[in-house]
Amino acid sequence: MESLTLTDVEQKYYSDLFVYCDTDNTKKVASNGKVLDLFRAAQLPSEVVLQITELCGATRLGHFGRSQFYIALKLIAVAQSGLPLRVESLNSVKDLPLPRFVVAKNEQEARHTAMYPDLENQGPYQGVIPRPPGRGQVKKVSAHEVIQPCPDTTSPVVSPHQSPPTSPHAWRKHKRQASGGNVERPPVVVAGAVWTPFREVQSGTHSTLQTVSSLFQRIVSICYFPLNVSLCSNEIQRQSSSGYDDPWKITDEQRQYYINQFKTIQPDLNGFIPGSAAKEFFTKSKLPILELSHIWELSDFDKDGALTLDEFCAAFHLVVARKNGYDLPEKLPESLMPKLIDLDDSAEVPDQAPDVGYSGSPVEVTPNKSPMPSLNQTWPDLNQGNEDTAIVHPVPIRMTPSKIHMQEMELKRTGSDHTHPTSPLMAKPPELSEETKLATSMKFVTANSGDGYSSSDSYTSDQDPITSVVTRQRSNSGTSPEGLKVAAAPPPPPPRPNASHSRSSSLDMNRNFAAHPTGPQQSGVVACPPAIPPRPLPTQTSGPHSGHRSDEGLAAHSTTSPQQIPEQPNFADFSQFQAFAASDQPSDDGEKHPESLPAKGSIMAPPPKPVRRRLKSEDELQDEALPPKSNVIATVLATLPSIPRSVGKDKKAIQASIRRNKETNTVLARLNSELQQQLKDLLEERISLEVQLEQRTSP
Amino acid sequence: MAVCIAVIAKENYPLYIRSVPIQNELKFHYTVHTSLDVVEEKISAVGKAMADQRELYLGLLYPTEDYKVYGCVTNSKVKFVIVADSSNTSLRDNEIRSMFRKLHNSFTDVMCNPFYNPGDTIQSKAFDSMVSAMMVQAS
Repeated sequence: MESLTLTDVEQKYYSDLFVYCDTDNTKKVASNGKVLDLFRAAQLPSEVVLQITELCGATRLGHFGRSQFYIALKLIAVAQSGLPLRVESLNSVKDLPLPRFVVAKNEQEARHTAMYPDLENQGPYQGVIPRPPGRGQVKKVSAHEVIQPCPDTTSPVVSPHQSPPTSPHAWRKHKRQASGGNVERPPVVVAGAVWTPFREVQSGTHSTLQTVSSLFQRIVSICYFPLNVSLCSNEIQRQSSSGYDDPWKITDEQRQYYINQFKTIQPDLNGFIPGSAAKEFFTKSKLPILELSHIWELSDFDKDGALTLDEFCAAFHLVVARKNGYDLPEKLPESLMPKLIDLDDSAEVPDQAPDVGYSGSPVEVTPNKSPMPSLNQTWPDLNQGNEDTAIVHPVPIRMTPSKIHMQEMELKRTGSDHTHPTSPLMAKPPELSEETKLATSMKFVTANSGDGYSSSDSYTSDQDPITSVVTRQRSNSGTSPEGLKVAAAPPPPPPRPNASHSRSSSLDMNRNFAAHPTGPQQSGVVACPPAIPPRPLPTQTSGPHSGHRSDEGLAAHSTTSPQQIPEQPNFADFSQFQAFAASDQPSDDGEKHPESLPAKGSIMAPPPKPVRRRLKSEDELQDEALPPKSNVIATVLATLPSIPRSVGKDKKAIQASIRRNKETNTVLARLNSELQQQLKDLLEERISLEVQLEQRTSP
Repeated sequence: MAVCIAVIAKENYPLYIRSVPIQNELKFHYTVHTSLDVVEEKISAVGKAMADQRELYLGLLYPTEDYKVYGCVTNSKVKFVIVADSSNTSLRDNEIRSMFRKLHNSFTDVMCNPFYNPGDTIQSKAFDSMVSAMMVQAS
């Protein structure tokens, strides 16, 4: 072979390439496969490549030694600059640009985690070579975002040999675009720049995109899906040219496959796969149950326990990714969000895939508006199909699917439990991306059955960014789901506490007595002290016991506690005590019965459950004794039952109800504090009474 | 805010229990366990017409000097117990109710998951994140 003189740059470049090709790490010999791939990446006609290999002597040797490799590279450079291939040209041509290799993607993946850091170093060069700058930008951004799903540690398993036949075509197309710009670049820059796409190949971003698809191929072969491999690789090329490096994007082929699988379980594409069937299906993938559970949580978007077609595809995609070592995301990626507008016919699904990409990738292109121009181009396609899509694509793209989804959900499953769709949506907002946050807040509106308080605030705050398109649709959806909601999601709890509140004079009393239901001693203690004193009281009323006045007062105070202060007449109403005494200690109050019977006797009819009866009696006593106060409270509390039902109304009603609630709250809080004070007094009295009792009984 | 939240199954074993001050966790476990007695009292208190009389939200189960224990039971006898700190502003009834509602909703989400077998401990991340949001932020 002729001696080869290389410049320093060339030397370095060639040695790097050699190292790259020399995967077996035998210094001299490079494997044929890699070299062939590399040469193909140079985008020369295959006969030229053959010629080069022959010239450099590899054909003779049967392998590429280092010198052969270098010669081959130099010849490639020669060929790329358009010069005829001749051995003499190796040394004669001056200022030869370095051979350019447009990297074929998934052939050269795997094992390049080591090269990963290089990508970071050479980041600025990214946009230089064959990619349009926009894509370089995209790559840069998506690299950081995509690093999440692509674990550096677990190298993605790739089938390097599956798609080489198809790769050169796409690459050639790319190459031609960029080659014009490359030639005039100074060699140094070219060196760095050319090297970067090489490295970039092994970067996480693009490769994950391809890997998921290529891994899909593998999973196809290994697991339970038969799939045409070359078909998938075509998909990969199409993906690469689409410009969106979303690793979670589902290709058309994959989607079609998922749809076929869906059909095996559920022939109707608009139908649902029930949870049990889905469980069996995904258990076949042999993932641990915990992960399957997490996948389910992510993919069951509407939390209905069943999977629609989109949800199923998302779940399947996540299973595929997980099987190949990708960590599951914390929340559902954009591109996997169910697109609920396009389920009307399966023919539209391929159309929707690019839309999925568009709607799914605004995270990569920072403002939402920027995909708009590209969306415009696809509109003619979409408008032929579902006319909902024409509505969807304007700015609030995420609003409409959820509303139409809400409509679909409601209309399709009128018999199912409506509380499920509503409630998880209320719980889910922190998990959804911010694009869907508006959607969920809208869901709050329509799906709000019982929780008028908290969600109404979020509803009002999110109202503003909504456009007129959305409001129009909101009005559409507002009626049907609401009607169904209100009908189907009865709020049982609110009426009951109101009822009990209205019965008792205050929350405190209710709680107090509720807290001691089965402690007859406790409630008895509360009530007994009033009972005990009356016995000695009448006997001592004749006696000049000075302390009894206070006893009476205390006793009366304790029974008619809250209203003691305003209602002086009750002060001396011992019949109440005797009523209690009669209920608690019938044996002791024989002489009291004649006095106790009037009016209260009916109340004190032998109660089957003394505890509860006592509660009731005290309630009723308080009700009777507290007409003024209880009226106020009752009116306030009477408004409470109406409040949950006002949920379905518009914002003003909700705000009005909020105001009313707040007023009620302040009133009740005030009452609460007063009652607390009285409770303290009561306890003191009780203690003093007990002391006196001890004094009496001890001697 | 709550310092401890527990979900207890029908057979009175915990499906999920989590407290914020990690060092004192055992104390909260004990509190929740003893509160189950009160819950049992309340739900068995009704002698007459069973279903409609019984209140799902049980309210304050019992107060101690440090904290208050609130309870809520579902129709399937799954109990939710919230232990709230008394020292900070006393939580209003409404807030407690809304906390229980959120708990209940997340619990139904977990139940809807076909991969969750009723009776397993709840390991759902969504449920965990919801509970963390309700726990005391300060400690």
